This record gives sequence, structure tokens and C-alpha cells, in this order.
Amino acid sequence: MREFGYQRAVDVSGAVAQLGADPEARFLGGGTNLVDLMKIGVERPAQLVDISGLPLGQIESTEGGGLRIGATVTNSDLAAHPEVRRRYPALAQAVLAGASGQLRNMATVGGNLLQRTRCGYFTDVTQPCNKRAPGSGCPAIEGEHRNHAILGASEHCVAVHPSDMGVALAAFDAVVSYETADGPEGATSGGELPIADFYRPVGDTPHLETALPPGALITGVTLPPAPVSARSRYRKVRERASYAFAIGSVAAALDVRDGAVHDVRLAFGAVASRPWRAREAERALIGAPADADTFAAAADAELAAAQPLPENGYKVTLMHNLVVAVLTELREETAR
Amino acid sequence: MDPSTSSAITLNINGEKHTLSVDHRTTLLDALRERLDLTGTKKGCDQGQCGACTVLLDGQRAVSCLQLAVSAEGRDITTIEGIAEGERLHPVQQAFLDLDGYQCGYCTPGQICSAVAMIEEHAAGWPSAVSDDLRPDAAPAPLTADEIRERMSGNLCRCGAYVQIVEAVTEAAAAGNKAGNRAGKAGKEAAA
Repeated sequence: MREFGYQRAVDVSGAVAQLGADPEARFLGGGTNLVDLMKIGVERPAQLVDISGLPLGQIESTEGGGLRIGATVTNSDLAAHPEVRRRYPALAQAVLAGASGQLRNMATVGGNLLQRTRCGYFTDVTQPCNKRAPGSGCPAIEGEHRNHAILGASEHCVAVHPSDMGVALAAFDAVVSYETADGPEGATSGGELPIADFYRPVGDTPHLETALPPGALITGVTLPPAPVSARSRYRKVRERASYAFAIGSVAAALDVRDGAVHDVRLAFGAVASRPWRAREAERALIGAPADADTFAAAADAELAAAQPLPENGYKVTLMHNLVVAVLTELREETAR
Repeated sequence: MDPSTSSAITLNINGEKHTLSVDHRTTLLDALRERLDLTGTKKGCDQGQCGACTVLLDGQRAVSCLQLAVSAEGRDITTIEGIAEGERLHPVQQAFLDLDGYQCGYCTPGQICSAVAMIEEHAAGWPSAVSDDLRPDAAPAPLTADEIRERMSGNLCRCGAYVQIVEAVTEAAAAGNKAGNRAGKAGKEAAA
């Protein structure tokens, strides 16, 4: 591991100033991904600014019934929070489906959003990887890609985003708040990015993952109020019963009235470089009868754009079946 | 930016303060084992995947291999050496002994630290991925074998002693509840 300087930040403006414009500096939150990547040489920061002590550890209700979640809230505290469980149960389920108890106690909300892909070529510095070493190539396309993307990928990168939490945030239209040093006379200024714009399309720049300005510090995530979110689920498929990354997942919320879909939210995990909001499926669902045919047609509408690789075509079937299963469960819950 | 790549820090471990100079790259795990001779905490994968290095930070379980020592300054660190009360074993330790919750023993300190904190997480009403009903007003899920397996999934045992580990954690949680009830009753009587 490369040697590095270390500083603790005590407030947001100080943290942003401490990081400055140094491209070799990183914010340290829970460290569960960053420290791991530093050990294997994927991340080689010269400076760490420790933000774990910043006063961003609160979850608060917003006017109208939404929630504002501070960036340093741990994954555990997020999943255990009564209002998250009451108003956005799929978010609590998604967080609980990820990692282990130990890691959830350490990992933060901001860090979860920024975690890196677990693609085996990205994490092996002896291999080419356009995400880690731009222009070096993507061996996954011809190589091991059983768990890689079927939606929104490019010829430059087919890695998937590993977050479970992010899938629920995508379904619920979360808004990411950040702070940069761009204010007048060296002051910080705030900005916001809807989750739909937070992750950049892969294109030919897979190394540029988010739309955050350079040096920006994520300060929190706001969930807008949405009655439909109270009846929501997250379902994750993985290769063992617990403590593994998804090979496919679905966050869904459903409101059925008089037998028809009144409102719906649908997002997919482990199929794309970012949490994938399934808007084509949502369009096919709104106003249609809440039955198995509609659910299957909606899944097909979204997955029509899928471009599976030779070894991951199973994900198209998997996601289709997951969508139908989760929406059916939610419909039956509504009927009770 | 501070060009220094090492710092003098004070770590609060098992109620004692230890001052040492650390290279910033030092993990809490390596500081415990290599610098402070607290070798009860074990290094397994060193990648946050196996749980052998589990310690408690401010009472919450965490993997010490992904925790930088310099960032642990100011926190209350409890290692396996600090779990017992003097000569009296913690109920989780006693249950692992009584029910053979191990074979080679390498993962055991991490299993025990993890279980101690996990039982408290459950008692605080934290749900898990296998809890049926996450609504905050629902009755808390009982600590069944399924719940224990899910909540302890961050601790691997390559000997495969899981059957006894689940039994030991079940026993310890039940023993803790009984002790808690006794303490609660005693407290009420004292108040009366």
C-alpha cells in the first residue's frame, strides 16, 4: 500500500477544504470498500480526509413525509430506523440484504453510493480494465462475465454496480446532496443530483462513474414523500443464502386500485453499471390490470433492451421472473 | 496537506489507554496483534470477508482488518481479551465452551465478539434480512436458528462448526435474557 497522509475533518466546509483540488486525496468514511481497494492497489491515495466524525449522522423527517438521511449514517442505523422501515421498507430490506452485520455497522450511506464494482478484472491490477486504467481494454467482454451487465453497458465496460441500497434509492427517486468548494471567496456551496442523474452512462468513460463535481463531498440523501413506497419490497438473488453480492435484484413498490395499477416503482440491481430504474416497465404497468400477464409484459418491455453476453443470458430470464414474482407478492399484500 | 505518513495515537482498548506511533497504513487488526500483543483477534482473509478479526467499536461489531488504526482513535475498542469480566466468562464464551462451538478455534474470537454484539442488536429491535415483518410496530422477530445464521453470516468457520455455533449462540442469548430478567426484577425490588 502506498504511504498516505491522514487528517480528520470536523465540519463539512473543513472537509471540503482539506480535500481541496488534490486528485490523489480521498474522503474516508467507513473504509469498508476504500481500505480494501487500497490494500490491493486499485486505490492509491496520497491523502485521506477522515469524514467519519462529521455531524452527518442523522435521519430526519422532511415536510410532507419524506426523509433526509445524513451521509455518515451507517447502513445498520439506516436499516433499523423506524421511519425507514415504515415508509420505505424496500430500502431497509435492500440494506439488510447487503454485506454482513460487521460491515453494515461500519459502512456509510455516502460510501455505499460510491462503492466500486466487484468485477474481477477491476480488482486485479495485473489485468487491463478501462474503469481502472482508461484505454487498457475490457477483458470481461471476452472473459469471465457471468455476473456482468445486460443493460446499459458499452463495448468499453460491462461491470455492474454492486449496491443493494442504491437500487431502492433509485426506485424512490432519492436526491443526493453534496458540498463543493465552489462558493464565493472560498466558501462551500451545495448542490443536488437526482439519483437518475447521479451515475453517468458508461459510454467510453467507464472510469467516470458519477456526475459529482471534483472534490465534492456527499452530505446526504433525501427521499421525497411517496405513499406508494410504504408498500414496497426488495428481493435479491445470490449464489448463497447470505452475505454475497446480487446476481439480480428488484426493488418494487405497488399501489393497486380497483384491480388496476395506480402507481408503481421498479428498479433493478446487478444488471447495469448503475442501479437501473425500470421506466419502460413502469410505463407498461400504469393503468393496466394488476395481473400476471401485465407483470410479464412489463418485464419484457424493460428487458427488450437487454444485450446479454454469452455467459450471462440467464439474467434476462432471472430478472423477468423476479419482476413477476415481486409484483405478484406486492399485489397480494395489497389485497390483504 | 499534512505530508506526514505516520501519527502518534492513543487507542482505548478494553478500558486501557495505549499510546503508540503508527504508520497510517496500519489497520487496527495489525496494531492489536503486532504492536500491542493482543493476539486474540485473528487475521483470516484480511479483506473484510471472514469475520475472524471482529472486534467491538463503541460496542458495535466491526472488522478490524478494514479499520485503520489512526481512525480508531477516540473510540472504545473491545477485543476478545476484554469480553470476560475478570475470571468470569461472558455467557457467549461459556456457551461456546459448553456446546463445542468450534473445532480448531481460529475463528472463535471473532465468532464470540460478533455474537455478543449481535445479541444486543437483536435485543435493540434491529431486523435482519430474514425477518418477516420489518414494520417498526411489529413484534420483534424471535432469535431463531434462521435469524442467528443470517445475523452471523459475516463470520465464516472453515471447520464447519456452524451447527454448534448456532446452538451456543441460542443458549447464550437465552441465558442473557434470564440474567436480564433477574437483574430487572432485582432492580424493581430494590426500587420498591
